[in-house]
Amino acid sequence: MKPKVAFFDFAGCEGCQLQIVNLEETILDLASKVEVVNFREAISERGEDYSIAFVEGSITRQADEERLRGIREKASILVALGACACTGGINALKNFQDMEEIKKIVYGKNSLYFDTYPARPLHAVVPVDYDIRGCPINKNEFLKVTTALLLGKKPETPNYPVCVECKLKENTCVFEKGMFCLGPVTRAGCDAACPSCNSNCEGCRGLVDDPNTNAQKDILQKYGLTMEEAVGKFRIFDGYLEVAKCMI
Amino acid sequence: MHDLSMNIEHVTRIEGHGNIVVDVKNGKIEKCQWQVVEAPRFFEAMVRGRKWDELSHITSRICGICSVGHTMASLKATEQAMGVTPSEQTVTLRKILKHAENFQSHVLHVGYLVLPDLLGVGSVLPLAATHKEAVLTVVRLHRLANDICDLIGGRTTHPISCTVNGFTKLPDLKALENIKERLTEAIPDLKAVVEIVKSLADRLPVFVRQTEYIGLKSEEEYAIYDGKIASTDTGIHSVDEYRSIVNEYVVPQSTAKYTKHNRDSYMVGALARFNLNHEQLTPLAKKVAAEIGLKAPCYNPYMNSIAQLVEAPLSVEECLRLIDEILDKGLRKEDHRIEVKEGKGVGAVDVPRGILFHEYTYDKNGTCVEANCVIPTNQNHASIQRDMETLLPSIIDKPPEEIRLMLEMLVRAYDPCVSCSTHFLTVEFI
Repeated sequence: MKPKVAFFDFAGCEGCQLQIVNLEETILDLASKVEVVNFREAISERGEDYSIAFVEGSITRQADEERLRGIREKASILVALGACACTGGINALKNFQDMEEIKKIVYGKNSLYFDTYPARPLHAVVPVDYDIRGCPINKNEFLKVTTALLLGKKPETPNYPVCVECKLKENTCVFEKGMFCLGPVTRAGCDAACPSCNSNCEGCRGLVDDPNTNAQKDILQKYGLTMEEAVGKFRIFDGYLEVAKCMI
Repeated sequence: MHDLSMNIEHVTRIEGHGNIVVDVKNGKIEKCQWQVVEAPRFFEAMVRGRKWDELSHITSRICGICSVGHTMASLKATEQAMGVTPSEQTVTLRKILKHAENFQSHVLHVGYLVLPDLLGVGSVLPLAATHKEAVLTVVRLHRLANDICDLIGGRTTHPISCTVNGFTKLPDLKALENIKERLTEAIPDLKAVVEIVKSLADRLPVFVRQTEYIGLKSEEEYAIYDGKIASTDTGIHSVDEYRSIVNEYVVPQSTAKYTKHNRDSYMVGALARFNLNHEQLTPLAKKVAAEIGLKAPCYNPYMNSIAQLVEAPLSVEECLRLIDEILDKGLRKEDHRIEVKEGKGVGAVDVPRGILFHEYTYDKNGTCVEANCVIPTNQNHASIQRDMETLLPSIIDKPPEEIRLMLEMLVRAYDPCVSCSTHFLTVEFI
């Protein structure tokens, strides 16, 4: 029997599910190996019986928590898809402001109709088995992780910094170009996408498990940058992490 | 006289979360609503305090499907605020990228999301077995559009290399030549897709509700990157006047901010652009419109998918023209640094689902102090609602399954992008 797979999403842009569609012909091959029972963005069929659930987006209200718990109960494997689901991602930028205040900024006097709390990654609500990181996810990494899961293996994803992939691509170091980069402490797997476009790493894949913060501090010092700037940059995608919470 | 109760929770094959609720008692319509239940994300508040050069990377995340469009609206708003005029080369590259997104989004919508309705199946997946060649043709076009975005933007979703006043990385000319070849070769594929849709187009419901159509208009070309605001009711308006065009308002019993201009609703998107700019269509796009029977003015919202199909060859032909311009002139590395100053700017682009506005105010350090984003789908919600109210009485005697499909197809025709939820309310429905 083919494994039953489902896709769900919470607060997010659905760009990660789009990366799966962007696998083009490969997605048709993959779809022939599984039974997709729930993928609202792409199919009308809806089933509640599934073994693997891929979940995109952050949790930002009570109703989301209940829905996520329901998904967790049904799925034997739950995979967090993308930065919003894995680390809170860009949604956590609002966590640094007063919730009542932000409701007023966006909705004015009608703000009472809204329900929102500081954005949280999935793992803050239910246990998550695997993370596929990034904003958006790397479609090849999705394929790698899914293939491993279908073969009953434990998926391996990088736990080394973006600098490793950046060096392999022989890019000039972003700091050498006078910009600030989060590559030294950010988890790789993106093939150093941003530095390869002469842009800085914005940390969308979260930290490696054991970040060399001393090295990051040394680099900041060497290039005359402050910790405050570093924390400010971290908040774009990693506001939920302790490192970004400090110095509020 | 009969009863009908329908609650279609989370309509499928659209981006984001929306419900259709219908309640008919003794043949009388008690409730007929299009509801949006997406989690609000508060982008306008999130960008406060962020620097000018981070804004497009943050606001691109409003939507994964139109991230190129959001990036462009954002960059244009910042550039206007800082008094910067990007080079011709930058504008040409941005237009290629913008058309590639338009092409990609329309192929995805018509090929993957609408075609299953026309063929009576739940998704594109069963079509891979029954209509393999058609599906592979759609996939090839989709891949090509994504490859163009990858090449120009550094990444198709949430582009990396687009920055204020330029690009951090320029595309390789050889790669552009290769794209040009593939675009030329794609034309038979495009024609094949048109043939398939044409053969099924009579399955699109015939429903007419005349309304106001709003989009960008330019004297130079079929506008999607730049132009003035045009309304089929009131003519041309400056982009700076956008607030008096959209007139956003909150409806407590609904989930989304609505907009209205000259009537109680207006429509944006491919059909609106077609109604406003059809004379500027490129030759193949004109031919496709004529073959498939799309004539301006068209007041059938279901034909929005057909207008998207007409815009696909438009975007291919525009990409070819713009790539030729680049190949002709070559690419030079430009200094994109700017002088940061305080100011306010509005950026308007016409993205696959319609006209999009970003407006930012910066202080003297280039820190954003205020932002406002008005998203196409927000502007279409009132139109979807009015269409449903007008359509339902005329189909009330049809079998429930048919009513359901027609209502779902109506929502899908607008290709709503519900996650673009900067403005969305969330209300618990009973």
